[in-house]
Formats: sequence, structure tokens, C-alpha cells
Amino acid sequence: MKISLFVTCLSDVLFPQVAEAMARLLARHGVKLEFPKVQTCCGQPAYNSGYWEESRQSARTILDAFEDSDFVIAPSGSCTHMIHQYPGLFREDPVYWAKAKALHHKTYEFTQFMVQVLGVTDLGAQFPHKVTYHPSCHGSRLLGVKEEPMALLGSVRGLELVPLPYAEDCCGFGGTFAIKMADISGAMVTEKSDHVLETEAEVLVGLDMACLMNIAGNLRHRGEQVRVMHLAELLYEGVSHT
Amino acid sequence: MSRADAGAQTVKERAGLALNNEFLRSAVRFTTERLRNGKQAATAEHGNWDDWRERGRQIRLHTIAHLDYYLNAFAENARANGAFVHFAETAAEAVDIALTIAKHKAASSVVKSKSMVSEELHLNQALEAIGVEAVETDLGEYIIQLAKETPSHIIIPAIHKNRFQIAELLSKEAGETLPPDTAILAGFVRMKLREKFLEADIGMTGCNFGIAETGSMVLFENEGNARMVTTVPKTQITLMGMERLIPSWADLEVMATLLPRSATGQKLTVYMSGITGPRRSEDADGPDEQHIIIIDNGRSLQLGDPEFQELLNCIRCGACLNACPVYRHIGGHAYGGTYSGPIGAVLTPALKGNVAEWDDIANASSLCGACYEACPVKIPLHDMLVYLRRRKNEAGRGDKLETAGMKGFAAVMGSSGRYRSAVSALKLGQRLVVRNGEIRTRIGPLKGWNKYRVTPALPKQSFRDRWGTVEAELRRDVKEMAPETEAKLQALIRQRRNGGDEHDG
Ligand code: SF4
Repeated sequence: MKISLFVTCLSDVLFPQVAEAMARLLARHGVKLEFPKVQTCCGQPAYNSGYWEESRQSARTILDAFEDSDFVIAPSGSCTHMIHQYPGLFREDPVYWAKAKALHHKTYEFTQFMVQVLGVTDLGAQFPHKVTYHPSCHGSRLLGVKEEPMALLGSVRGLELVPLPYAEDCCGFGGTFAIKMADISGAMVTEKSDHVLETEAEVLVGLDMACLMNIAGNLRHRGEQVRVMHLAELLYEGVSHT
Repeated sequence: MSRADAGAQTVKERAGLALNNEFLRSAVRFTTERLRNGKQAATAEHGNWDDWRERGRQIRLHTIAHLDYYLNAFAENARANGAFVHFAETAAEAVDIALTIAKHKAASSVVKSKSMVSEELHLNQALEAIGVEAVETDLGEYIIQLAKETPSHIIIPAIHKNRFQIAELLSKEAGETLPPDTAILAGFVRMKLREKFLEADIGMTGCNFGIAETGSMVLFENEGNARMVTTVPKTQITLMGMERLIPSWADLEVMATLLPRSATGQKLTVYMSGITGPRRSEDADGPDEQHIIIIDNGRSLQLGDPEFQELLNCIRCGACLNACPVYRHIGGHAYGGTYSGPIGAVLTPALKGNVAEWDDIANASSLCGACYEACPVKIPLHDMLVYLRRRKNEAGRGDKLETAGMKGFAAVMGSSGRYRSAVSALKLGQRLVVRNGEIRTRIGPLKGWNKYRVTPALPKQSFRDRWGTVEAELRRDVKEMAPETEAKLQALIRQRRNGGDEHDG
């Protein structure tokens, strides 16, 4: 059985510790990940900006990388959702369309795989801190990952989960939106950080590094010290101390 | 009518004005929050919300797929009821028809209610140009008309004004100082409008749903004024977008469940009126003459377009506006069109045939999907925004810098070798701007981003640089997968081979 890691370009280049934590957690449950190096980016930045041909060029590296994988796991709901859109993106290319259909069915976001497929919610982690959770839009709304992170967080010993007000509101990232409509995006991320600060949590956790980078960037900009982590990092830190 | 932001040409410029207007932002935030919380409570209480959304969607899909049939049926039945039915292909034609009726009736005043379509037509100005006074009778629309503005929300036209601003406007009209008390202000308007109702020659409304099987029109409202508009004046005109139909009264049950809950969180609006034909001899009230103007104005362009036909399913509840985080910060006028928020961002360009003038509006979204989640008929607005962006690029109207950037993106991301080289180059390049592991510069592409944020620096080693070491370590103390887990995974693979889709999303 071939279980592959889709690192996502952002985690590869900026947040390698996230994919590493995920690989280490999965290894503890007998998942031997392999990492095809031909993968680059899922193509989402180009897709969302309406440059589909450019998006396809990037997406083909993903389709080729995972062609003979049985399962593909990614530390991002948004990039997983992008893969789920591939059949639409390749609807005029029968060869890649078939690959796209196959990849759609075997690609999972990290917590989906952990909870739905492996059936694990209690990883034995300990994390005695006050934590709040931001459900990223693509993962929760479009991919439907809502219960899984809650189940995982609920099983962490010592962790106090404080609800984030208006948690479901977008953080304002939106890819090129944050550059093109910088002031609207800025207003959105400022509001999100305000809500994070209201909770007085020590740690903000989530499932998508793009959104977390956005919120963390704003918190730092404001001189706030809230720690911002991917759930895989939190869980791995939690099991490493035990 | 003018807008406060006249002169601002782009969404970005208009949004900039709104973002600097604290009054506007807090008024919009206050009301959208009230509405979306109300909706959330109402749908949770309903229990089977998603099933009903799907039922609503199916009714709308079916109606639009057979729109020609239902339009014929509606028109025939409405005529049999004694109404005059007119079809208008363009806004100009619709205006012409309305003006002809007004002239024919030698009308000097028109009272109006509940019509976004009439905003689409800019009918008030046209009426005034021939000397007919047009009076809006919905409280919010009345305020907007006094302020000489346009609605900034589909169902709450004056959402961008707070009660102090409204009191000031109404005080001017009253000639005395009215307190910023909603009940008193509404009382003043009601009194003011009473005379207008009695004098009016024509009553003009929009229409929430047209019922094809009986040629009837249904209106949902809370103030009771639409009821007055449709019963007091001798002549009545209904303006109806050609897609407003549903087949039957049975379908209305579903719509009546979806619309008020989605719009305001109410189980039902205070008034729901069904109007079938002009006054009959046994009726206590009603108009002697009834006209229905069915308006295309760009709607039929969506028919047969697989990416946009679902736009016609919209029931104009406004839920997508209330859920939208962009709308919350910039309000409705920033969108520049008659319709605002996520639905406006798609509908305005679509109705105008995707002309370049409306290209930028699709950029005013982070594609978060809150609109889709809020929509009672599940219109995938977040996908449509991407389609609009793609069509603009395909038409050769993409931003030059962005187009070049995306070509570069494709070149780099199209091969892992070039990807690695690009990452190495970035690591070298960032040395110029990294301080303490952070980038704070506000030049180049980071200008807008770093105005609100700090950017993390690229670490020395990317994941792919580290993987060799990590993998070796993990292989050394590997744990075997539990047999039952292994069996489960194998079963999933088999199921997939047999054509089953083993997970959703
Ligand atoms: S698109 Fe959906 S949510 Fe928005 S106004 Fe139309 S029906 Fe309501």
C-alpha cells in the first residue's frame, strides 16, 4: 500500500515543521509516508485568479506525483479542496481528467485521514494550555471538515478549548485577494485577530497555514504574542512530552 | 440618484471610502450581525434546513429549466384573471411601458413598494422626468429616496445609515426635530405616507414570486405598505423579473419556509399577500386595472450557460450579503451596481453581458464560500466569481502584471526542478529584507500585505531538503500498522476500484 504525503508548497517552503509533525504523527500509527519529489503546487493561486491554463501546468505535477498512490494526505483543507476541483479543471483533457477523478477520491486532509480513515481521535497528547481554534473556510465549508479537529482537540489532556467568536468568518487571506484588495483583507484580518485576542487564548490553532500565516502576521504586526500553530504541530508537541 | 461615493471609479476606490467611514461600517456590521444571527437561530430551530434548501433548489432548477413553459402559463392565467401582461426585453422597454401606462392614466403620482427591479430600471427618474411624482413607501426606501441615494442592501436599503442619521434626514422633512427613536420615526413616515397613498393614481410593486398555475403574484413584507400599494390606487403595476416564477402554490410552501428565515430570521413575514387579477365585483378593495411587466434585462443571457444559469435561482433574500465578510466591511455601494454583496458581484456583470466595465467587481471576494453556505437555494457564488475572473482573462482583459506573474507561476510550478531553483533564489534574495526572521518591508508585492502584517522569512531548509533525514529516522523505528486498520484501508481501496466514492467533499 502506498500512502503519500502532499506537502503543499507553502508548508514545504515556509512551514516545513508542519508537514514533518504530520508525518511523525502518522508514523506512530503505522503509516509509512512516501514523498514524491515531482510535486510542486496544487495550482490554486492561478485557478482562483482565473488563470486555468497556468493552474493546469502546476496541477499536472500533482497528478503525476500521486498517480500510483493509494492514499494522499495533506496538511491543508484548502489544497485538498483544490485537488477535489481537478475534475472540473481538466474536463477537456480525457487523460488528465481520469487521473483527476482518481486523485479526488484518494486525497484527504490530515484530520480527515486521522479520524475518518484511521479512526483515531486520542493520540495520547498532553497540552496544558488555553487554545482557540479557527476553522478555515475551504476546509470547513467546502471540504466539510468540522467534527474531526474538534474530536482531536477534545482528546488532548490538559487543553482548555475556548470558543472563538464568529469563528467561521473568513480571516481575509483569499490568496491574491490579500494583495489586490489589501485594505479589505486588512480589515478582515484585523477583525479576526480582535476575536482571537478576546478569547485570551495562549495558542491559536488551525488546519491551514495560509490562513494561520495571515492571522499570525497580523498579530505580530500588532505586537501580540499569541502562539499560532497548525493542529499537527500542536498534537506532535503534545505527544513528544509524554 | 447620486451616491455618497460618486466619482470613485473602481471597487477598490469605493471600498477605500467605505473602510474609512466608521458610521457606515458600524451600521452595516450591526444590522448584518442581527440578521445573520436571526437566520442562524431560525434555521437551527427548523431542524431540517439542508433538506429544505435542497427542495428549494430543485424547485428553482426545474422552473428555470422550463422557464418558457412557465412564463407562458403564467401570462395566460394572469390574462384570464383580467390582468394586462407586458414583456420587456430591455430596461428601456420596461420604462417605456410603465410611462405609457402612467400617461394613459394621466397619473400625477405613483406609490411604490418592494422593487429592486425598479432600481434596475431607474424608473423613478424616468417618472419624474414626465412630471409624475414617485414615492417609495417602504420605510428604508423612503429614507434612501429622501437622501437621494440608492439602496445598499437587497432587503434593507438604508442599512448603511444609523438611526441618528435617519432622524436628521426625517427631521428636515418634518420641519421639526425628531428624536432618534425608531418607533417615533416610523410613526412620522407612516403619517406622511398616508396622504400619498390616498392621492396616488398608480400603485407599483415588485414581486417575490409569480405563481404560474394561477397567474398570481406573491409579496412578502413586514410593514403592510405593499398591501396598501396593491389595493388603494385604481391602477396597479407589478414589475417582475422574468425568473421570479414558481410552478404552483404547493411550491410556495417551500419558498415561504426558506425566504423569511433566510432574510430576517422570521418564520414568516408579518404580511404575505397573494394577488390574483384586478378587483372583482365581490372584492372589498383592489385596483380596477392591473398590469404586469415581465422584464428580461440580461436575465435570458444566463439561460443555457452551464456556469451561470443557476444565478436565476436567486430569491433575493439577502442572506449572502449578511454572511459576507467583505460586504460587512465595505457595505453595498462599494459594489457599484443595483445589487450588492456576493450576489451583486456576480449578477451585475452577468446581467450586463460581462462587459469590461464590471470586471473588477469579481475581485472583491476572498472566495470564503460564506455566501454559498448561507444561500437558501445553494447558488455556488464562490465558484461563479472564479468563472467571472477566468472569462475576463480569456477575453484578454486580465491585468497585465498579474498575467505576467501567472505565466511565471506556471513556468516555476510546472516542473519540480524549476521550483527548487526558484526557492533557492528566493532564499538568497530574502537576505536583503529579513530582519530577525521577519520581513517588514513595504515594497513590491509585499506592500499591501505588510501594511497589516509581518511576513515570516523562509527557513534555511525546506521540507524536501529535510525529508531524507526525517524519512530515515522514521523508517528506523517504524511501527507496524494495526491489522484491522490495514484491512480497513484495503477495503477502501477496493471500494474505490468498484466505483464507490468513499468520502465526501
Ligand atoms: S444568492 Fe442566495 S443568498 Fe444571495 S440573495 Fe440570492 S437566494 Fe439569497
